Amino acid sequence: MDRFAWTSGLLELGETLVVQQRGVRLCDGEEKVKFDSGVLLLSTHRLIWRDQKNHECCIAIPLSQIVFIEEQAAGIGKSAKIVVHLHPASSNKEPGPFQSSKYSYIKLSFKEHGQIEFYRRLSEEMTQRRWENMPAGQTIQVNKDPRAGRIRAVGIVGIERKLEEKRKETDKNISEAKEMVELSKSIANKIKEKQGDITEDETIRFKSYLLSMGIANPVTRETYGSGTHYHMQLAKQLAGILQTPLEERGGIMSLTEVYCLVNRARGLELLSPEDLVNACKMLESLKLPLRLRIFDSGVMVIELQSHNEEEMVASALETVSEKGSLTADEFAKLVGMSVLLAKERLLLAEKMGHLCRDDSVEGLRFYPNLFLTQS
Amino acid sequence: MHRRGVGAGAIAKKKLAEAKYKERGTVLAEDQLAQMSKQLDMFKTNLEEFASKHKQEIRKNPEFRVQFQDMCATIGVDPLASGKGFWSEMLGVGDFYYELGVQIIEVCLALKHRNGGLITLEELHQQVLKGRGKFAQDVSQDDLLRAIKKLKVLGNGFGIIPVGGTYLIQSVPAELNMDHTVVLQLAEKKGYVTVSEIRSSLKWETERAKQVLEHLLKEGMAWLDTQAAGEPQYWLPALFTELYSQDITPEEAKEAIP
Repeated sequence: MDRFAWTSGLLELGETLVVQQRGVRLCDGEEKVKFDSGVLLLSTHRLIWRDQKNHECCIAIPLSQIVFIEEQAAGIGKSAKIVVHLHPASSNKEPGPFQSSKYSYIKLSFKEHGQIEFYRRLSEEMTQRRWENMPAGQTIQVNKDPRAGRIRAVGIVGIERKLEEKRKETDKNISEAKEMVELSKSIANKIKEKQGDITEDETIRFKSYLLSMGIANPVTRETYGSGTHYHMQLAKQLAGILQTPLEERGGIMSLTEVYCLVNRARGLELLSPEDLVNACKMLESLKLPLRLRIFDSGVMVIELQSHNEEEMVASALETVSEKGSLTADEFAKLVGMSVLLAKERLLLAEKMGHLCRDDSVEGLRFYPNLFLTQS
Repeated sequence: MHRRGVGAGAIAKKKLAEAKYKERGTVLAEDQLAQMSKQLDMFKTNLEEFASKHKQEIRKNPEFRVQFQDMCATIGVDPLASGKGFWSEMLGVGDFYYELGVQIIEVCLALKHRNGGLITLEELHQQVLKGRGKFAQDVSQDDLLRAIKKLKVLGNGFGIIPVGGTYLIQSVPAELNMDHTVVLQLAEKKGYVTVSEIRSSLKWETERAKQVLEHLLKEGMAWLDTQAAGEPQYWLPALFTELYSQDITPEEAKEAIP
């Protein structure tokens, strides 16, 4: 921690902010210090830490001081950390919070996450070494200590060896995955050749194989679209799960709402967005009490079969007439709907000729269509 | 006398031949289906073995996730297509991204009234991390982008707009064409843009610049500052860096999915 210097925290000319993360604690080697809650900023030239409670307290260290960095995974009750190994402090360093330290490394503890991104960016800056090309102000200390290169912090060689091993294993993972993916590709090609001679049942079987593999489906049959048995089952399940929520929300919900509701309820084995869409596309053909509807804008909703959006338009017209005019936001608040669906209803009313729009920079406002009623 | 081709007999023969060919075709199809089924089983076994060794790696190592995804993409396989896919069931990649999708939707909905449905990837990242809490797995910006790409299919207007080295995430079905995008990119440097700047940088007519800015105002993505010295400035709340540190208020959280 003795490599840090007090700073104003302002960026120098030529220095750019790369990434910042709040909720970071600094540790001097293995020991905690009073800098326990701050915003950590990475610039092209420095690592800056500012206390979250006292903005005046701000310290920085030039990136040129860093020998190398490594990640320390989170544990139970422990945040993830980045360990930063440092060159010895140069003799002409500006004053800082510590005169000396028995450690040659510091730890950055990410109490509010963000270490993955920070580590990535810091690694990039360490590789690019942009501070060498753009000398910025006098606060950057170029480390002229000739011993720096040859001093090795304790255990660096061992650490580097471990990193190399880890890299090799990951490469092995990737090549194994590649083999399997090649296998799936050959199967996909076989499927393409099969078009024409196959029965409905067999097609469904093929599709379920593709589904397992995550291969884009080249076969679409009229009866079930790009769905499979899985999606059929899912459609039936959805009909059960969504009945009550739909009734509570006036008979209509956007697909994003459904996605969140269903996945929050599941907790595990979540549905992919595509699963949801494919299942919903089958609702009508399976004669279930819900249906998928796609508005002109592309917004997708699930409606109860008993729900009649056109009837709702009539009541929307009444509401708008009572108030003289309404924006989608105002209408949504009045009726207790989401703004997205409120807007769709007003647009539908306009399409049916009941409302007129006034489109200005102050927003989109709807009025009853007097051209129709008062001619 | 043997006449060729004509007559009921010939027709019947032809029909029989056709039926036989069809049958043959079906038999071939069945053979290959069986073969495919076997290959699939082998694939599944291999994947199970792979998963038992490396499932943790996928969950904990974002670089591995990126490499894995990129590779699948070059070969034409989408491991995130379905929660029912092998990839998802065995490697658990699916749940990670689908849950992230839910969190992204909630953050975008909560902040929509502030920024009109446009948010920088950085701010989204910060807010999602906050929402996930201390004990959840960390996520990278790449993870967010992949989850967002999957969300597009829900029809809610999710889009990714590249601006100045980062991305703006759109979460409302507002139409943003190339003109709008290019103005957003211009505004990214300072957080705001003026008509004169558009005219000089992009060489557009005033009318074209005004139309684009008005559209952004209407969508709530830009705010107008008429008190600025010189000419009016069009600010994009999505680009205000101060907003990064602001929390989502309880009212805003209620706006999000219950």
